[in-house]
Amino acid sequence: MNRFQALRNARITVLAILVLGTFVGLRSAAAPQGNDASKANTTANAENGKRLFRTVGCWECHGLVGQGGEAGPRIGPPRLELTALLAYVRHPKGQMPPYGPKAISDSDLTDIYAFLQSVPKPPDPKNVPLLNNLN
Amino acid sequence: MSVDRRKFLKTAGGAAAWMAAQKPAPAQSVVPSSGDEAVAGPDADVLTTDRTGSDFMTDVLKTLNFEYVCANPGSSFRALQESLINYGGNKNPEWLTCCHEESAVGMGHGYAKVEGKPLLVFAHGTVGLQHAAMAIYNAFCDRVPVYIVVGNHLDAVTRKPMRVDWVHSVQDAAAMVREFIKWDDLPVSLPHFAESAVRAYKIAMTPPMAPVLLVADGHLQESPIATDAQFHVPKLTLAAPPQGDSGAVAEAARLLAEADAPVIVAGHLARTAAGMRYLIGLAETLQAPVIDQNGRMNFPSRHALNQSERAGAVIANADVILGLELIDFWGTVNAFRDQLYRTSRPVAKPGAKLISITSGDLYLKSNYQNFERFTEVDLAIAADAEATMPALIEEVKRRIDADRKRALQDRGAKLAAERQGIVERVRAQAVYAWDESPISTARVSAEVWAQIKDKDWSLVSDVTHGRDWPLRMWNFDTYYRHVGGACGEGLGYGAPSAVGAALANRKHGRFSVNLQTDGDLLYAPIVLWTAAHHRIPLLNVMINNHAYLQETMHIQRMEDRHSRGITNARIGTAIENPNIDYAKFAESLGLHSEGPISDPKDLAPALRRAIAAVERGEPALVDVVTQPR
Repeated sequence: MNRFQALRNARITVLAILVLGTFVGLRSAAAPQGNDASKANTTANAENGKRLFRTVGCWECHGLVGQGGEAGPRIGPPRLELTALLAYVRHPKGQMPPYGPKAISDSDLTDIYAFLQSVPKPPDPKNVPLLNNLN
Repeated sequence: MSVDRRKFLKTAGGAAAWMAAQKPAPAQSVVPSSGDEAVAGPDADVLTTDRTGSDFMTDVLKTLNFEYVCANPGSSFRALQESLINYGGNKNPEWLTCCHEESAVGMGHGYAKVEGKPLLVFAHGTVGLQHAAMAIYNAFCDRVPVYIVVGNHLDAVTRKPMRVDWVHSVQDAAAMVREFIKWDDLPVSLPHFAESAVRAYKIAMTPPMAPVLLVADGHLQESPIATDAQFHVPKLTLAAPPQGDSGAVAEAARLLAEADAPVIVAGHLARTAAGMRYLIGLAETLQAPVIDQNGRMNFPSRHALNQSERAGAVIANADVILGLELIDFWGTVNAFRDQLYRTSRPVAKPGAKLISITSGDLYLKSNYQNFERFTEVDLAIAADAEATMPALIEEVKRRIDADRKRALQDRGAKLAAERQGIVERVRAQAVYAWDESPISTARVSAEVWAQIKDKDWSLVSDVTHGRDWPLRMWNFDTYYRHVGGACGEGLGYGAPSAVGAALANRKHGRFSVNLQTDGDLLYAPIVLWTAAHHRIPLLNVMINNHAYLQETMHIQRMEDRHSRGITNARIGTAIENPNIDYAKFAESLGLHSEGPISDPKDLAPALRRAIAAVERGEPALVDVVTQPR
């Protein structure tokens, strides 16, 4: 390798490191804070999230698949981004009781989010005959 | 002789003559205790009699046209029961056997809301009334007349020894419930009983209506009276319900007619079928949105002006808000946040004028806080809202000329467009969890509606059971389509009131449907046997979520607030392990039963089979395992 090629390779390497570092930095900013900040959304466990959704009581107000209930709106599939949902759960503005970090970790909430994302989309109401006689 | 003395003597002589004409009851004998020397009067060997005071009491009660008496049998009113079923022919009223006094009063509560008049309830003055107390409280909060007669032995020397007569006797029987009944009395003679019985009915039926209680003393019931004894029974004349002051009504009409964004909120408005017609008339005259809080069947659910689903936005935009028999006006115009520190904020805009028309301003008590928070209103009309409506409508019409009418039509058109949006949103929301198991409450509501929509149906349970889906899906178009809720929010109201309402619906040929929550049923479920025994047709569809879920959520809230034990909310609130088989239980009581059903595909066939049983004149129960809400 000549001097020009070595310099070019070094510049490419530095550039790659810079790009990668920026990407990691952005992902870190987006990723949940706390003791599991490194756990990215893509590795969240929807099965664990489903279990947690029941055991920590989310289903009581939001229904077993987050479809909504008398006391809580529909959250499955989720209408908020993960960070917004995390922020709201920690400090709800309305009637929802707060789930602080001592009660549930960011990691567990991320798993719950993954479960909600896995909830299948509902059928088109137009294709549900029982809903055609509401006028 | 002075005129006054002549008058006195004439009166005294007349009274003496009247008293001489009465045939007094024979002197009361002391009942000898067994094994002891008898201390007996001359009548101790007279063991039978043709008539007793209870026969006359029956005559009195029959003048009040009760269809039914609901009771769990009790020795303190044994004479009255025997008189009603034999001397009275067990007709008007007919005796219905209940297995708990709470059920008896609950049946009265539901019946009165359909039929517009009370039925009779009998109970022991102590233990029976204790059982009945919560149901009486519900009826009191809900402004419903229930006519309660309790037995008691006031005279201590006539009580049988060795417990029952003594522990079932009390100095002041009504004391334990006096805070949540409208009137009570302890008549000490048969003429007194007659007057008090008629007065009690009149008071119960004067808005705001409420339960009343009469003590039928055991001695008075069982004492012989002459076969030809004649006692006067006063005639019943119901009070015309109080109408609003004409000046105040005119002012209310002015505010409403001139408003840019008036809103009508109806709570316990429609006492009769006329109430709904009046509200339609007022709303259409004003082209104003109506928010129905469903204390009664106030307004058609599919009317273009029914904006209940958008209550928050409508209230926030209003410049004049008319509250018609609202139990909680404050909660209508304020939002409340149940967090660590409780806070509230107004949801009506500053300067919005509030008009209240309610009979609640005419009569309320202090101890029980069912009157809710004090509301600052601009015009308070203490009157029965339904009775005031005709005058209010006329006053509003006088103030709306042709130009104004055209402007109002535009307002109505906009509201109709909003209404269509509501229907689309309901459909879009209902499809979530549509095929899930346990079954979604939206699915339950839709499946039941599909089966009953072409019948002359009546929902005899709280419309909020099943998360308001019936209100959002079914066509509530006439006054008996629903009967409101408990109002006192005492659980255990649901099944008895449904049976009572279905009883009233029976003679009208209506198909009664009860969306029955599991926790509520468990308080006094044997009322379903009463329905089977007396052939009261009723379709019970369980909303079975295996919990006292409201309380589960409360405990969850506390756990979240303290950040501890957040998985423990089902301790003390879950109804599981084992899961109760309501279908088997109902079958054991004589009902046609189906379930438990947790696959939505199984729901329609089960409902059809149950409906067939109901149409044969029987009660039926379909146990549906549902999503939490």
